[in-house]
Amino acid sequence: MGLLSSRISITRYKVAGRLDGSVHETVYRALKQHSIPEIEDDGSETMVGWTSFEYPYKPDFEGYSFVFGAHMVFALRIDKKSIPPKLVQKHYALKAAKHLAETGRQFLSGNEKKAIKEQVVNSLNRRIPAIPNVYDLVWHYKDASLWFFSNLKSANEALETLFIKSFGLPLIRLFPYTTADLKAGLSARERDLLLKLEPSRSEE
Amino acid sequence: MLDIAVSYNRYKFLGDEFLTWLWFMIETDQNRLCRYDPDLVSLNIGSRMVLENTRNNAKETVTIKGQDANLEEGLLALKKGAVVTEIHLSYKSGDQHWQFNLKGESLNISNLKLPETGPVETPEDLEGAVIEKIYLIEKVVGLVNNLFSHFIKLRISNEWRNQTVFRIRNWAMSLGKRPPDIDPE
Repeated sequence: MGLLSSRISITRYKVAGRLDGSVHETVYRALKQHSIPEIEDDGSETMVGWTSFEYPYKPDFEGYSFVFGAHMVFALRIDKKSIPPKLVQKHYALKAAKHLAETGRQFLSGNEKKAIKEQVVNSLNRRIPAIPNVYDLVWHYKDASLWFFSNLKSANEALETLFIKSFGLPLIRLFPYTTADLKAGLSARERDLLLKLEPSRSEE
Repeated sequence: MLDIAVSYNRYKFLGDEFLTWLWFMIETDQNRLCRYDPDLVSLNIGSRMVLENTRNNAKETVTIKGQDANLEEGLLALKKGAVVTEIHLSYKSGDQHWQFNLKGESLNISNLKLPETGPVETPEDLEGAVIEKIYLIEKVVGLVNNLFSHFIKLRISNEWRNQTVFRIRNWAMSLGKRPPDIDPE
């Protein structure tokens, strides 16, 4: 999913707004603050954060290493733990049987079943390593545009959420309407006409 | 500006019409495409095209793939009122060659294959390689933006309604028609 891959997928964005103060310093601080946590035994299922383009498994933004010429290049990392359902089933059955034996009862209530399943999932989440997915991005600050190297819906949603949280700037995805509205250099009158467009087939 | 989710769905037809227009332009007016992009040597349909026809409340999808794919199925779908929803393009500029997929509803670029670049062998090579890749990607992003900007200006004009729709329809209808057989006698 990277800039240097042999096959590339790109989702294009417009970055709305500008940063206050020194751009590189502000970006550096935000990247550091929201970088991917290095703790492996965290109980959460998914962890999302920034990482460096050059060293995605050891985030390092020192010396503004994310600056490449006029561009800023870094990456979004999503670490996800994926527990096989059969493993949950096995540990749930063992724990439920133990609980029944300890309490001397025949059946578990709905709430007990739910609580045992949550305990099992949390416990497995702590023991299973997360699978990292790295998605590079290029931020052209001068042009207020950004390329994200994935078309995956979940990765794009994670990017949009983390970007505004980190930099305070919303990302506007460029699809036909937004490209026409924001990138085609239309006049106010032309933008009004754009709003009124209907599919050609129904105009025939 | 309109709500993002609303505008995505409301105007996704623009992307499909753009790809349909682009196919028409590639087949009929490469000179005009060259005027839109002065660096363009050629722009051709690559190895994949997807068309959709949603008329009569039913969705019919036609997928054509393979090198030297025969586009007759696509032409037939076009005649029935389908639009292109996804296209694979082969773009040449100077002596360099790009290939990529373009999706109508999102204008997302996928499966982008860039011209060959030198290998990254040392950490010092990295910055140059990144800047070169960005330059090569910018060529394709710029091409798509440029073509789409020309399309959208045409699309909101009277020329679209009064001429282009009929030209595209006539082009689609004329395809596949064989010239009459001439009796040698």
